[in-house]
Formats: sequence, C-alpha cells, structure tokens
Amino acid sequence: MTSAAQLEIPSGLQQDLQSVVLLRLGDRRFAIAANQISELVAPSRIFRFPHRTPNVEGVILRRGRIVPVCEVAERLLGKKILDRRFYLIALRRYESQSEWVALPVTGECELINAEITPPGEHDAPHVSGWISHDGNVVEVLNVAALTTPQSPVAEARS
Amino acid sequence: MRLAPRSKPAPLKSEQIILFRVGGALFAISSSSVQEVKSVDSLAGAAAEIKNSGIKKVRHVLERENQSLFVVNGAMHFALPLTPGTLVFILYETRTALLVDGIEKMTSMTHLQALPSAFSGAERLWYRGLTALDQTVVPVVSPDGFLTADELFLLDAAVAEKSAMQSAANDLSTQGAPAK
Repeated sequence: MTSAAQLEIPSGLQQDLQSVVLLRLGDRRFAIAANQISELVAPSRIFRFPHRTPNVEGVILRRGRIVPVCEVAERLLGKKILDRRFYLIALRRYESQSEWVALPVTGECELINAEITPPGEHDAPHVSGWISHDGNVVEVLNVAALTTPQSPVAEARS
Repeated sequence: MRLAPRSKPAPLKSEQIILFRVGGALFAISSSSVQEVKSVDSLAGAAAEIKNSGIKKVRHVLERENQSLFVVNGAMHFALPLTPGTLVFILYETRTALLVDGIEKMTSMTHLQALPSAFSGAERLWYRGLTALDQTVVPVVSPDGFLTADELFLLDAAVAEKSAMQSAANDLSTQGAPAK
C-alpha cells in the first residue's frame, strides 16, 4: 500500500495553482484572481449622473446595491469597446475597505486553475502577474490599480 | 417544537426629499435643506448681477437678512446642457440659492448609500450619496457642495468691489450735482 508520505511531490516541483477567472475584452483575454470576483451578470440599465471621475461610466443596481461601472478597456486595449455582453462584478480594495465594481466584458468568462508568475519590474501597475493558458500568455489584473484614475502624465506615457 | 417568533425588523428611517431636474438630469435634495422655493420671476427685482468674479456659474446675488446669497446655476455647476431655470431653492445654512429647471415631485427615501469610492472627483463634495427610487438611482446633493470656500471668497470680493464702485459713483454724482 502506498502511504501519503510516498505520494508527496518534492516542494521544488510542486505547482502553486490558483483559481483565476478568464475574461474577454475585444479579442484579448485577461485574468483576475477568482477570490476577487463576485459574479458575472447580464447587462443591466446603467444610471448616469454628473461626476468628474474619468473611466467611471455610471452605476448599476445589483441585489439592492449600487455598483459603479468602471471602464477598463481603454486602459487595457487603448480603445473603448462598444460591444459588451456582461458585467464582471469584482472586489476593489481601498485603503480601509473593499467595495464591488462592475467591469464591462465582451464575452463569457471561464474559471480555471493556473500557476501565476509574479509581475516583472517593467510591468504596468495593473499587472499583478501572468498565467499561461492555451498557448497564450495572459495578464492577471490588479483591480485596484486598474480602476484608479491615471494621472495625466501616466496616461500620456501609457 | 416551535421556533421563537422572529423579531420584526426596525422600521427604516425615511427622509423627505425633493426630486428636481437640472439640465435634464434628475437629482434629490433633502426637504429639510430647502428653506424656500421661489420662482425666477419673483426674484427679478431682488437679484443683483455680479460680474468678473471668475465664478461663471454665479451671475446673480440676493441680499437676504444682511447676507449675500449667491445664485448658482445648477446646469453650469454640473456641466450639463444649459436650460432655462424656472425655480430657485434657497438653501438653509449655506450662502447658496440654487437655480433649477423644476421640481419633479416630493417623495421620501429610506436608504442613502454613500457614494462608491470609485468616484474620486469633485462629485465627492457635490453629493451626500445615492439613493434607489423606483428602480432608478438618484444622486442626493449636498447643500454645502455648490460653492467652495475659495469660490465664496472670490464672490464676496466681487460683491465688495461692486459696492465700492457704486459708492464712488454715488459720491461723484452728489459732488457733481449743481448747488441750488
């Protein structure tokens, strides 16, 4: 009989798999750690009112909560995407609290397990790591950095 | 075995609000923040024009109870399409009179949600929060959010300058009047 000790994989070979949600924006795929995702919802009415925060389109009502809709395609793809099918409700961490934000995505999402490679020093702040999936390298997104308004200088550089 | 009856949830505290339109958009304000609602026509003689204050959204000032109240054009404040304002809200404990398109209705809200932290611009001063009414989300304005301390300083300076110029003009006309 094989004991548990005999089945142990040497720590050097052990893969550190984490659950991530794969999302689609236009023709590109991105990932967000699954523990930062609440749900994927069908497009609902967006309520707009005057404000001065770039890349916040308005709010949606979800289960009695008012959730801001943060446009991220422009930062990730360099252009706005008009064809959107779902809102991915993600947890956005602030200094002292966490709140839900709705990220418009253009396709169905997929939950997978993958090994996350840490970001490099030259990666943008919104990149919290990388995964390999279906032969592609996919950015794992940092929701907080992605939904923080960029300074005009940073915007010009990106 | 019978379960103990569930305690009734505490009744939600409701707040009377006025739903109003500015530049075509819908807003709410607590009724307790509005001292008076006047029609623009009724203020025609009472409002004095102020120019060169640098605050474009304020074109008129009202003198009430030894205090200058500045008439803020709501559409300009929120950068909405300019519409002819018909009503002015005189707001309690502020120096603001708010020019609006009209009142939609009076109602009550039972829940005010803080503005989500994703909003990080001037709107954090403009709104007390958001409320959901009849499957619509309405921003609830903050009476203090229409004029900042810096804007009030500039407006007071413009009013003082105008008064000084009027006094000087009156002095000149008195001196220049022919002696009888």
